[in-house]
Amino acid sequence: MGHRAGRPYFPGGRALKADIPVAVIGGYLGAGKTTMVNHLLRHAAGRRIAILVNEFGDLPIDEDLIEAEGEDMIAISGGCICCSFGSDLTAALIKLSELTPPPDHVVIEASGVAMPGTVALSISILPGFALSGVVVLADGERVQAQAEDDYIGDTIVRQLSDADVIVHSKTDLQPNERAIEAVESWLQAMAPQAKIVPTVRGRVPPDIILGLTGPTAKPQASPHADAGYESLAFREIPPCVPEDLARKLATSSYGVIRAKGFLRDAEGNSWVIQTVGRRFEAQRGQKSELDGVVCIGRRGDLQAAALHGLLGPAVSSSHI
Amino acid sequence: MSETIVYSAKKIITMNPSRPEATHVAVRDGRILGAGSLSELQTWGDVRLDERFKDKVLMPGFVEGHAHVMEGSLWSKVYCGWFDRADPDGKLWSGVKSVDAVVERLRAAEAALEDPAAAVSGWQLDPIYMDNITVTRADLDRVSTTRAVGVLHASGHIMNVNTKALELAGMMKTGHNHPGIPLGADGLPTGELKGPEVMTPVGPFVGFERNLLDADEAGLRNFAKLCVRTGTTTITDLASRMDEDTVDMMLRVTSEPHYPIRLMPFRFFLGLSAPELVETVLAMKKRATDRLRLGQIKIVVDGSIQGFSARLRWPGYHNGAPNGLWYIAPEHLSELLHLALEAGVQVHTHTNGDQATQLVLEKLATALQAHPNPDHRFTLQHCQLADAAQFRLAAKLGMCVNLFANHHYYWGDEHYNLTVGPDRATRMNACRTALDSGVPMAIHSDAPVTPLGPLFTAWAAVNRITASGRVQGEEERIDVSEALYAVTMGAAYTLHLDGEIGSIETGKKADFAVLEADPTACDPMELKDIPVWGTVQGGRIFPAAEL
Repeated sequence: MGHRAGRPYFPGGRALKADIPVAVIGGYLGAGKTTMVNHLLRHAAGRRIAILVNEFGDLPIDEDLIEAEGEDMIAISGGCICCSFGSDLTAALIKLSELTPPPDHVVIEASGVAMPGTVALSISILPGFALSGVVVLADGERVQAQAEDDYIGDTIVRQLSDADVIVHSKTDLQPNERAIEAVESWLQAMAPQAKIVPTVRGRVPPDIILGLTGPTAKPQASPHADAGYESLAFREIPPCVPEDLARKLATSSYGVIRAKGFLRDAEGNSWVIQTVGRRFEAQRGQKSELDGVVCIGRRGDLQAAALHGLLGPAVSSSHI
Repeated sequence: MSETIVYSAKKIITMNPSRPEATHVAVRDGRILGAGSLSELQTWGDVRLDERFKDKVLMPGFVEGHAHVMEGSLWSKVYCGWFDRADPDGKLWSGVKSVDAVVERLRAAEAALEDPAAAVSGWQLDPIYMDNITVTRADLDRVSTTRAVGVLHASGHIMNVNTKALELAGMMKTGHNHPGIPLGADGLPTGELKGPEVMTPVGPFVGFERNLLDADEAGLRNFAKLCVRTGTTTITDLASRMDEDTVDMMLRVTSEPHYPIRLMPFRFFLGLSAPELVETVLAMKKRATDRLRLGQIKIVVDGSIQGFSARLRWPGYHNGAPNGLWYIAPEHLSELLHLALEAGVQVHTHTNGDQATQLVLEKLATALQAHPNPDHRFTLQHCQLADAAQFRLAAKLGMCVNLFANHHYYWGDEHYNLTVGPDRATRMNACRTALDSGVPMAIHSDAPVTPLGPLFTAWAAVNRITASGRVQGEEERIDVSEALYAVTMGAAYTLHLDGEIGSIETGKKADFAVLEADPTACDPMELKDIPVWGTVQGGRIFPAAEL
């Protein structure tokens, strides 16, 4: 997440545009990155997402989603695109920022040996982009053995330690709940900073990968509420210290994977808070008509009662 | 019938063991008819005797197995290196020894610019030799406050820029939170940019707009001039991204009647999936010409030792730095090796650290069981930290090595003191062990990382002297004759060209390095100083003085 002090200076009169949120997806080969990206594209729900991959080949995008294919760009139904960047990610991002209209979201699918934290850092220096979080996939069946491998062990460990959210993939291939829990507690020990979400066939809600848009007039109903996540919305939150609230949401045991909110402090200033995993930020923002906070977490994990104590009663709750 | 020309020479060092020396060489149709005495060559019938080389020493044209066309491209910018270096036009640029000298040289270049918006770009700055001094934007603001100024370091991974450049890139602000952007006391960037992802946003404003891995036409021409000046007739571009337009341009330029070198570009492995890469390279191979040898792949497995990004085995870096980075996943490497062996496409792998070398050895051993090929000559490039067991295994597997002899001179002291410590620094680029292990060996410059110059490279392998003047690893030194073999036949072998070039004998290309003195007769310490008159390439004569 960009820890920016004030508006960045943009050359060429781009200052009025909002930063494009960028999600970095990491994880070793075979962890399920491509599957998750395809699921995301199928549930883009009007968001224009630009996917950046190292290279095409091995079908980065399911064939039925492809509308047109060029040398380094694939057009995807619903206004999304996929671009290959080879070895020059920064140049590819600069090119994306010049598109009219620019994409709503950028998702970088890092290579299997890349350090997602390093990729995330490179976003922080590009005007017009803001990191929305680092999501690292871990193949539940193989990740522990991979972490012991002479060649790639330290790479796996460093990738996990870069994550805001770890997607524990392919849980359906594990024999029982106990096995799944054992992997999760191992992952949590390896990456105490990360929130862990289990998944089957990459079915992670788009909001978890891309980030939340914030409180909206209508609760967003999910077309298929089978992934086991819940979102809670809160309104009319009394004036507070926004940074303290963001810190609590990110670091206390509320089961919050991501949160976003528009708040006011005691002086009446407007703030935007965002959290992902255990990372949080609070920035001064424009006054919003829809003050409030949205939290998303695993169903059963999200502590509605405790959040009620912190934020007042939830105005809406939806399964996604 | 074509004309037969016999050149006389003071001495011809043939690198052909059955006839190591000669006084005359006969050339017909750009190829060598024979080497021997005049009377022997006159048995071919009507010959024309050409005595222009009668005071020169001829060797097979030198073969550089690891360089980048980028060396030619960079000379369009201002040379800011520590060491003296000759440019493509033969001008010797003295090394700059202080920040003031850097500023002064850039100012001179600035004064010559007419376009008020043009940037001032420099290259090859190496603060390691200036007690690791940090160059700041204030220093470069002394060059200009109205133009963008940028200087690329010798490592290629750091750039210094001025305030104007930062402003143009939108980076002249507080709040940066990135290890690649050091901040001053004022919270603003110091102007030092570390790492490609930090340099790229500024690059276009300071004259480094293109991906430097892509050959450009002017660079390709400059590169060829440097080859002539150093006696080089065949050279690699290791590696290039080689899009369609670049390949067309390379084919056009290299086919010009006076283009003086044979270029072998390797396709960089990134950007395509493994099957597509092999398919693309096979298609390129069909377009190959004598002077543009398309159809090989280069894989980069790890980073650099001095950048602490090379992959090392136990005990790792001497200063405790964490292990380096993989630039390819082991599974991806394995897939590429399998597919390339199956398709008969040659692969050269960049491995600096010994763990990276080990990975390639293991993966290739497995791939060879699936696709046996007794003559693949896959080559370990750099392979700087390999130990004796790895060289033996490389030999058993039919691999070649191309060791970075020049590196030992330029960074040997740093490796001894900082990166890998005394033991391993002493055995870095272990030419003696490689030859004794029976692995076919070349040695290289990696130009522009170090200057192109096969005689210098031979000197470095023979003497193993570091920049501070110490002999480091005297047991790993090789003989002059072995070093000269490495920069001719040795390198040709790694490129599958040993049947065509690398020695002066019947049937091979008439490729000669024309030298002013005999490298086998001089003090080995003076090997690097032997003047090069020019080259003969495919029977065409290229005097350096007339470039």
